[in-house]
Amino acid sequence: MNSNWEIVIGLEIHAQLATSSKIFSGASTAYGGEPNTQACLVDLGFPGTLPVLNQQAIEMAIRFGLAIDAEISPRSVFARKNYFYPDLPKGYQISQLDLPIVVGGNMSILDGDGNEKIIGITRAHLEEDAGKSVHEGLDGLSGIDLNRAGTPLLEIVSEPEMSSAKEAVAYMRKIHSIVRYLEISDGNMQEGSFRCDANVSIKRFDQKELGTRAELKNLNSFKFIEKAINHEVMRQIEIIEDGGTVTQETRLYDADLDETRPMRSKEEANDYRYFPDPDLQPVIIDKDYINEIKASLPELPSIKKERFIESYKLKSTDAEVLTASKQLADFYEKVKQLTEIDSQIVANWIIGDYTAALNKDDLDIVDSKISATDLAGLLNKIADQTISGKIAKEVFDAMWKGEGSAEEIIERKGLVQITDDSEIENIVNQVIENNPSQVKDYLDGKSQLLGYFVGQIMKETKGKANPQKVNEIIKRKLI
Amino acid sequence: MPTQNIQNMTLCALKRGMSEKEFTSLEVIETLLARISDHGGSLNAFITVTAEQAITEAKNADKLMAVGENKPLLGLPLAHKDLFCTDGILTSCASKMLHNFIPPYDASVVKNLKASGAIMLGKTNMDEFAMGSSNETSYYGSVKNPWNLELSPGGSSGGSASAVAACLVPAATGTDTGGSIRQPAALTGITGIKPTYGRVSRFGMIAFASSLDQGGVFARSVEDAALLLGEMAGFDENDSTSVDVPVPDYMSSINQSIKGLKIGLVRQHFDAGLDNNNAKAVREALEVLEDQGAEIIEIDLPNIELSVPTYYVVASAECSSNLSRYDGVRFGYRAENYKDLNEFYCKTRGEGFGAEVKRRIMTGTYVLSAGYYDAYYLKAQKVRQLISQDFKQAFEKVDLIAGPTTPSPAFALGAKMDDPIEMYLNDIYTIGANLAGLPGMSIPCGFVNDLPIGLQLVGKHFDEESLLQCGHRYQQKTDWHTRVPERFK
Repeated sequence: MNSNWEIVIGLEIHAQLATSSKIFSGASTAYGGEPNTQACLVDLGFPGTLPVLNQQAIEMAIRFGLAIDAEISPRSVFARKNYFYPDLPKGYQISQLDLPIVVGGNMSILDGDGNEKIIGITRAHLEEDAGKSVHEGLDGLSGIDLNRAGTPLLEIVSEPEMSSAKEAVAYMRKIHSIVRYLEISDGNMQEGSFRCDANVSIKRFDQKELGTRAELKNLNSFKFIEKAINHEVMRQIEIIEDGGTVTQETRLYDADLDETRPMRSKEEANDYRYFPDPDLQPVIIDKDYINEIKASLPELPSIKKERFIESYKLKSTDAEVLTASKQLADFYEKVKQLTEIDSQIVANWIIGDYTAALNKDDLDIVDSKISATDLAGLLNKIADQTISGKIAKEVFDAMWKGEGSAEEIIERKGLVQITDDSEIENIVNQVIENNPSQVKDYLDGKSQLLGYFVGQIMKETKGKANPQKVNEIIKRKLI
Repeated sequence: MPTQNIQNMTLCALKRGMSEKEFTSLEVIETLLARISDHGGSLNAFITVTAEQAITEAKNADKLMAVGENKPLLGLPLAHKDLFCTDGILTSCASKMLHNFIPPYDASVVKNLKASGAIMLGKTNMDEFAMGSSNETSYYGSVKNPWNLELSPGGSSGGSASAVAACLVPAATGTDTGGSIRQPAALTGITGIKPTYGRVSRFGMIAFASSLDQGGVFARSVEDAALLLGEMAGFDENDSTSVDVPVPDYMSSINQSIKGLKIGLVRQHFDAGLDNNNAKAVREALEVLEDQGAEIIEIDLPNIELSVPTYYVVASAECSSNLSRYDGVRFGYRAENYKDLNEFYCKTRGEGFGAEVKRRIMTGTYVLSAGYYDAYYLKAQKVRQLISQDFKQAFEKVDLIAGPTTPSPAFALGAKMDDPIEMYLNDIYTIGANLAGLPGMSIPCGFVNDLPIGLQLVGKHFDEESLLQCGHRYQQKTDWHTRVPERFK
């Protein structure tokens, strides 16, 4: 059914900036405080108070702009977006409209076929967040928590250039990765520090103009974005194929029911009456300041990926995975530095067992149960042939459970590899003796039975025999 | 009894008297508190009188003076317009909306003047949220003009002007968005200065129209205005629109000669709208300045006639947004019976705001609406630029611009309340300085029909010094500013 339709998606991502204080006041931005303990008079919109722009927020926006090859506006202007809501203390939100701080830019993603695709970024602007209305546990009343009011947000608006939910997720992951590389946002989606609205429309392939779009609000997990967009696409296709028309509206995704539903029209029928905020001066940014920030930018994922391929001879896909997060890339390089083992093996371990273990326990690298030094210790035991790769997996599991370092575990469990030729020979002889018929078949040309003998020997030695030596000795014995 | 003429003394005279031990700060404060209690009612100039606190502070000031403490305003009395936030003291903006609002902090102006040793006697009445030119929009009732209690003192800072003119207090703060210091100063026969936009912090000064509002002072002499302005002005990191330029020592430069000073006379100011007697008094005032060596040059401000409509678009737009925070959620008036959020807002704001405030919020909302923004708000901003340009060009030829402050002397209470346009036109000569952000001052320059009128001086950006020098020189040669209404002598 989808094949008749071209899907058009644009995203508006809200990234909460990791400034220590709010965008227009000195109150703390820390998450999770008791309601209204992190809101000062400015955040409360008290009469007579005035906003003062946080320079750190400007710097962070510039960092982002430079990272996506955008233009940094030499002059940008804050505007008031006027509407009434109890969690909006001033009755207006300070945002940017006509003159945003970041203009243009682009981000490359991999499309469904694994090809590179460039997604245009229209703009990124600074604004303040609103507070929160609380309805639970208040006996039918509503409470207002203004801790979040005035928290700086960078709203990143893409061109409508994504053509599947998967591309939208890939783009969002890329932006997520960039803001974390730049250390301008913690990207915590559960706490709402990184969320997006998706504009979704469909059109026939031969149709020139875009279809009517629906805006999906407040998507705060990669999984939900994909589901919500797919769901919305199906809904729009059904409407049009049944002869109807899509209404332009704002819809909320309900993760529990896996459906989108329209927000009440009251919530969106607003004329925001934007105008330049007379309490704030235009933001003037000179070239020297931009250059200063440019010089302090970290190595970005695309460049790091190329370097990983170049200097560590990694496969492109592995380099992509390792550099998607700065923490993972740093972890890789640290392990690599502490071990002599082949760099691809290090990559395999980190992308494989290590990442799996993190995912299983739902942990971030910072909370990992195994440090880079620990993992390097383990890999060094493979490198010096103390243990085999297979035994190493057992040791890894024990390390993850906190049973000690690789060395201690190998020692305690007696997992040191048997490398003594005569000892292996004895066992090989025993296996040959016990399996006369298989020996005969092997000698008759069934060479695949080699694996059977190796298996038997490993069983006898509980996997501790050096596999290369076992192979070598069996081959020598059975000629 | 030295206390008998305390009421007529300027700040500078009081300061001298206290330092020469002729009287104490406590005597000054008590004398004036007694006057406020005798006359405050008939003028309705005060919303709050902070007698107890003032007496405590006066005793404290006397102790400090006894040990040689020498702050510039130590022990001197003043009053604040009731839109400057005062820590722990009602700050109502003369609105039902804030009839119960007690700020937990001091406005920067209040803080600065307190730090210089000044003692606040109370908070003065005003037009609601500073919107008005007659002080009739106050939730607390009209203020009366001490020269004739049937007349308006002007507005919006009418309470401050009336209190100073009636010698209830020697000086008071005010704010000026379109003439709200200069017009009442003219109509009550006192000195009022609105400094350059950005000279005085707006932090804690409850906003009407952010790009136009500027705090300033009323006093009974230019010298007193200079003294106070020097103490209240200065850069404030809490106000992004305050400008980081040094504040000159106004008191030391005030006596400079005005010889060679070029004063521009705006042709457009002397058209049909101006009362003939007013025009005559202004021309006579300029002759006094000419005698002092100033040169009078006629100039043009070609777009100045557009200033009133421009102002009412810009100011209303800003106020419609600035006043959105009064929603009954966190502070101020809250309606009692409502069935949903929308009704909560409608009732709270419908009941909390007066008619003029509502008129301006509606005008402002309209001019910012989709479809009207370009035709009104954007157009007004462009005209504002033109008016600023006119001033800029004029200041290439002259150092100061002089003219009438108002078209006519004080008008009767109630006379213009039914005709907003007629009321708005009262600010026709003053609004230009707000649109261009320039400093302006009104000084008494004569009487028409036994009522005081004012001479307005407008200066270049951050050149309050020329205004003060010129005004001071004028007051050295005239005595209009020393006249006191019979009833309040």
